[in-house]
Amino acid sequence: MTGRSLLKPAIFILALVPFGYVLWRVFIAQNLGPDPAQELSIETGEWSIRYLLLALAMTPLRNLTGQIDFVRNRRMIGLFALFYASVHFLAWAVFVWGFQVASLGAEIIERPYITIGFGAYVILVALGVTSPKVMVRKLGKNWKRLHRLVYVAGVLATIHLLWIQRSDYVEVVLYGGILAALLVYRALHSLNKRRLSRAKAS
Amino acid sequence: MLIKRPADIKPSEITPESIYRNRRQFLGASSTLMLGAALGGTSPLMAQDARGDQLKARAPAGLTRSEPAAWWGDKFDNIQPAPDAEPFFTDETLTPYDDVTAYNNFYEFGMDKGDPKRNSGEFNVDPWSVEIAGEVDKPGTYNLEDIVSPHQLEERIYRLRCVEAWSMVIPWIGIPLADILKRFEPNSNARFVEFETLVDEDTMPGVRSRFAIIDWPYREGLRMDEAMNPLAFMAVGLYGDYLPSQNGAPMRLVVPWKYGFKSIKSIVKINFLREQPINSWNELQPQEYGFYANVNPNVHHPRWRQDTERRLPQTLFSQNRIRTQMFNGYGEQVAHLYEGMDLSRYY
Repeated sequence: MTGRSLLKPAIFILALVPFGYVLWRVFIAQNLGPDPAQELSIETGEWSIRYLLLALAMTPLRNLTGQIDFVRNRRMIGLFALFYASVHFLAWAVFVWGFQVASLGAEIIERPYITIGFGAYVILVALGVTSPKVMVRKLGKNWKRLHRLVYVAGVLATIHLLWIQRSDYVEVVLYGGILAALLVYRALHSLNKRRLSRAKAS
Repeated sequence: MLIKRPADIKPSEITPESIYRNRRQFLGASSTLMLGAALGGTSPLMAQDARGDQLKARAPAGLTRSEPAAWWGDKFDNIQPAPDAEPFFTDETLTPYDDVTAYNNFYEFGMDKGDPKRNSGEFNVDPWSVEIAGEVDKPGTYNLEDIVSPHQLEERIYRLRCVEAWSMVIPWIGIPLADILKRFEPNSNARFVEFETLVDEDTMPGVRSRFAIIDWPYREGLRMDEAMNPLAFMAVGLYGDYLPSQNGAPMRLVVPWKYGFKSIKSIVKINFLREQPINSWNELQPQEYGFYANVNPNVHHPRWRQDTERRLPQTLFSQNRIRTQMFNGYGEQVAHLYEGMDLSRYY
């Protein structure tokens, strides 16, 4: 096996480490405390945001370093954001609310921070479903348009986090700052590209 | 500084008579026990040396905690046990000591529930003084000993309902708030009482955070008749033991019919006021947190439904979700305080 072919499984396993840590806390250490459902939701939610930001960072990193491996693993990292968001959503729905559908529905509709978090999750699901190569081919030009929604998901997830915080915004500032930097980079990059192609055309 | 034992202040100067009468009714319930104490040893209930032995709840054995100061020991050897009936007692399952002391909202020590326990190791409660200010005849700065030691400590088992929709049942040790406040002789202008938490950058990492938007010190307030209600309590301990730092040592408020954030911790100032003070959460997010903050299942908070609550501890597979009661189940004692008020407006 070459180094490159090992990279993918290595990232895969590494990305599962936080999940393993969560399972360890649930079943072995049993140190989630008196409110384990909440703790589990918070922990997995944070990992979802981290992977989402990481997936968003892949293209800029490729552009900056020229290293194609960043983009090769982008989809998998994005799918891990979806994976942790799913665990986050299920932990909330099952362990906090006992999967009472009526209560869940009311919460999603009535609590703005949950509405917005759920919106981010729906986007991630849509992107996950359309991530296989078959779907890329099927959707053609629309695929790119659809997958630009990942930025919307990032913004919604950050607002979701912002609205849960009661008084200290250190995490929001950190994640929001990274997201803002990525968005600014993207905007500048596409502006630059457009200028270059215009220069070429003339 | 030592306080002279003040002459009894007439309750009518502070509280409407009807409320005061209510208070008498309450005390009637526990008078049998008090009689036993007065007769000293003749009652079979009092046969043991230390009354502490009859406490309803004790901290787990093997817990070795040094007393905050030498004088605390005597006070804690002699605690009036909780009665057997509501409202100063509930037979609901107690939240275990380890959970009560490891799951706290005390943002001066950090934002996570585990932070206060983790980060309060440097916190020092001896010496401790409290400033008494405003509309009182006996203002000044008092040592904690002067505030606590004239009083008999008692045990009370109360429900605690957090605005975040979780709840606990906690055996507190402390003093009726009214008994403490009266000793400073609030005058007739005192319509509200405001409390302040210590701010100490050296021992409280939360107040050093640059991203915290609370304007320290943390402040809370009560209307005078609320403060004088027999349920309002100044806790100095829990589970028969001294209050751990993370629970608001050395002295904190317990207002069981209101959301937990009203029960301000580690108090260093008590200020008697003519006008309604601004409490920290109300100042921060007035559309979310009001001054009254009475537990109310009919008025939802923008972030948390309030008609149910999760009684802690829970496990992943038992949500332990129960219905939230109006005034946290203390309506009989406090509903009259809010007669004629629109509680969806005064939340």
